[in-house]
Order: sequence, then structure tokens, then C-alpha cells
Amino acid sequence: MTDMSTASIQSNYMEMVRRKRLYGGAALSLFALVMVSGFMLADSRNAGGFWQGIPNIFDFPRDVWKDTLPKLDQLPSHFATYFPSLIETINIAAVSTLLGSMLAILLSLFATRGLAKYPALIGPVRRIMDILRAFPEIVIALVLIFILGGGPVPAMIAIAFHTAGSLGKLFSEVNENADLKPIEGLSSVGATWTQRMWLGVIPQVAPNYFSYAILRFEINIRASAILGFVGAGGIGYELKNAMSWGQGKYDDAAAIFILLFATIVVFDQLSSYVRDRLISKGGH
Amino acid sequence: MLSIDALTKQFGEKIAVDSANIHVDKPMMIGIIGRSGAGKSTMLRMLNRLSDATSGSIVYEGEDVTHLRGAAKRNWQSRCAMIFQQFNLVPRMDVVSNVLHGTLNRRSTLSTMFNLYPQDDIHKAIDILNRLGIAEQAPKRAEALSGGQQQRVAIARALMQDPKIILADEPIASLDPMNAQIVMQSLRQIHEEDGRMVIANLHTLDTARRYCDRVIGMRDGRIVFDGTPEQLTTGVARDIYGAGADFSEAATSTEIETLDRQKEFA
Repeated sequence: MTDMSTASIQSNYMEMVRRKRLYGGAALSLFALVMVSGFMLADSRNAGGFWQGIPNIFDFPRDVWKDTLPKLDQLPSHFATYFPSLIETINIAAVSTLLGSMLAILLSLFATRGLAKYPALIGPVRRIMDILRAFPEIVIALVLIFILGGGPVPAMIAIAFHTAGSLGKLFSEVNENADLKPIEGLSSVGATWTQRMWLGVIPQVAPNYFSYAILRFEINIRASAILGFVGAGGIGYELKNAMSWGQGKYDDAAAIFILLFATIVVFDQLSSYVRDRLISKGGH
Repeated sequence: MLSIDALTKQFGEKIAVDSANIHVDKPMMIGIIGRSGAGKSTMLRMLNRLSDATSGSIVYEGEDVTHLRGAAKRNWQSRCAMIFQQFNLVPRMDVVSNVLHGTLNRRSTLSTMFNLYPQDDIHKAIDILNRLGIAEQAPKRAEALSGGQQQRVAIARALMQDPKIILADEPIASLDPMNAQIVMQSLRQIHEEDGRMVIANLHTLDTARRYCDRVIGMRDGRIVFDGTPEQLTTGVARDIYGAGADFSEAATSTEIETLDRQKEFA
């Protein structure tokens, strides 16, 4: 009897394996097809053509290098000149990351199955986050600059909106992996929804929230630099001037690039240090 | 066959295993007992080369495996299977795939990445599952199984390796008495029918007594007892566990019969 059933289990499983392999193969060929066709489409629409353009890829870095090399001694003074506008850019990024992640925490808790206070609202909240993510920061910023006038505030609001949407999605995925047992424990003592979330969920997910928020902060530094190009101030405005007026100002551009790179490195190191502390405190 | 000489493992200041000597001349079922923190797990992890020994040597059939590196080390690991307390299966993969992981060492990385295994191996995996009485679970995800079933999947993975030695680190510590018995009987059966050496860390005395041919007692990293189950008197057991006169074997038992016995005494 066992022999018979083992044979049938074996053939059933082989059937399943064959089906999975078929799906896997189909997915793989679809992937290859999309890759190739996507590349070919992009290449055909490109004004210059990918293959003709590729040898020129290093022209801009070479120009920057050529402009900077004879004026290396001026770099420290460039750093000093642009440091205040870097601070402004970091400020915009920091405020918008904080505002955005606070909104994101709230949205994510409302959008996670199993945690949401009003399960019926999960869909609408998710759509709200989709809308927040759908509009490029630069579009929101341009509209706000038109209404409120140029400056850091429109940039801040624009970035905060986008941050809330994208962090909200990431946070709610983190929430889904949270262990529900502590929350059940808190329910059993009669805790309110806010208490359950704050005391049961947040301690579990805080390290993950933190690393996503820091990553988002890095992205926002870059975003607020880009918004400087459209009149939101900060280091982006200086970079636009340094790059577009060409003619020997590439050394300024180089200084700004170095500043931006150093900023990212500093915050990356800082975040891994804080994250280690946060996790090891829980461990021991 | 297997000889362990002056094997030592040091974590900073702390000595987890203190110059252990074990010599085994024929395949047998060996139980290692002792309190938690006595160095039992560290010992098995060194044998499997999951962690490196600080000093000393492990020699298997004339081959020194203590300092193997790279492919040679992975090959040794494939010959020396390990079973864990928490099963250590991949929860989201199906049972047969988990069993097939036992063949990873002899397959190419690329084919295993796409889960491509030969049909013979798949059939063999299901035969092994059948031998352990869980063939019906074959297509399910490992996480959907009960603890006892998961541990039997882990044993099937070990058997799929076709190893000379099976190491079991507290294989029944997370299981209820009924499942514990099934798992221990499977290990014993594997030893008797296939002639494989089984070394199991156990935290209950009566399990060691009942299933093992030889018992090794460890305390604070040292081997303090090495003999047959008959030589393991209550006095020796008290010594191993560092317990006082109030220590009773029945109190740590997981056997259903022992509980009955206790009731009779009461």
C-alpha cells in the first residue's frame, strides 16, 4: 500500500516540478524579451544613438577634471563658499524627511492588514500613498513655487509629500513582518489601538524604519539639490550656475560634487553607527 | 574511526570546550549530556566545522579535518550532517526542496539556484520522506508542518547527504514527548539500519540512557564522564549537572512512561 502511494506522491510531485519549471522558463524568457526590447526601443528613440554616444561618456568628467586640476589650491575656498548653501540643502532634506516619515508611520499603520484600525480604509489609504508617490517632486515644487514664490518652503513640502508616500509603502511592508504575538499580549490586557501600535509594533520595527528613513534622507538631500535647479535655493542653485555658465567654472562644480559625496558618506556612517546601537541595545 | 584530541574552543576569556578527547572506533550512537552552557553545542559545531577550533584536532579515518578550507571543508560538511534544535529549514520552500538541499555539495551552484535537481534525486528524497513516515507532506511548504514533522524533514535532509556521521544538536528540545520519541526512534533506526554514526546532544538523561550506546557527560567545557549508559549512576549524573541531593532523574524526564512511573510512586 505504501509503495503504491509513494509512487503516486512521486509522480504528483514530478508533475508539480515540471509545471514550476515551465513557469520559471516562461518568466525567464519574458524577462529577457523585456530587457532586449526595452533597450532597443530606448536606443531607437535616442536622438544621438547609444552606440555612437558611448565613447563620449567620459567627456564631462574629463572637462571637470581639466578645469579643476590647475586650480586645486582654490578648492578649500570653494568649500567654504558653498558650505552655507549645503547646510540649507541638508536642512530642507532633514525637515522634509522628518515630516514625511511621521506622516508615513501613520499612513503605514492604517494601511497594514492585521494592524489597521479601520480595515475598510486600507484600500483608500494605499491609494493616497500611491498619489503621493505618483507626482514627481519637481512637479509639486514647481506648482508650489508658482503659488508661494521661490525658496526652500515649497521644496520642503514637495519632498515631504513624496517621502510620506514612498516611506509609507516601505513601512507598511515592514509592519507586515512584525510579530503579532506581542500585540495579542497587549490586547489581552485591554490596551487601546494606539497603545498596541506604539508599544507593540513600533519597538519591533523601529530599527527598520530608521534605516529606511536614513536612506530616504540621503535621497532627499539629492532631491533638494535638484530642486535648487528650479529656484528652491540651496546647493542646487549654485551647482546650476557652476555647470551652466561653463567656461572655467567646472572647478566650482567639482567642489560641490565633493561636498555632496562627503555629506552622503558622513550620513551613511552615522546611520550605521546609530543603527548598531539601536539593535544591540535590544539584543543584550 | 573518529578521534578528537585536546579540542579546545575559546571565546575571548571564556573557554567553551576545554581540551576534549573522544575516540570512537566503530559507528555507534553517542549521547552528549550536560547543562546548557556546558559546551555541547560548541563541540558539535566544531565537528561540523560551523565554527573553528581554537586548538586541538579532529581526525576522521586518518584525515585531519580540523583545518580544511573552501571546497574541502564543504565536502567534509556534506559527509557530516547536522540536525538542529530549531530545525533550520528554509520555511518558504516545499518539503522536497528542503530535503534536496542535502545534495547541494555535489550539484553546481547555477542548477540549484533554479531548483533544477535530477529526477532520481527527487524520487530518492520522497523515498526518504516515506521512510520517516511523512511522504504525504512532500509538496507542502516546510513552515506549514508541525515541529515534529519539520524535525523529520531535517533528518531527511541529513540522510539525503548520505553522511557517515549525523550530528544532532538538541534534536528533541523543542518537541512534545510523543514527537520526541518518534524523532529519537528515527535516529536510532538510522544508526542500526544504515550503520551511520550518530552523535546527539541531549538534555535529558533518560533519553540518553534509552537510545545511546555510549554517553559522554560535559560540565563547564570539560568531559567529566565517558561510558556506557549502565555506568551512568545517579551520583555521576548529579556530578555532571552540578546538582544537589534533591536531583531526581524523573524530574527532567520527557518520557511518558516515566511520568506514569512517577505517579505510581506518588
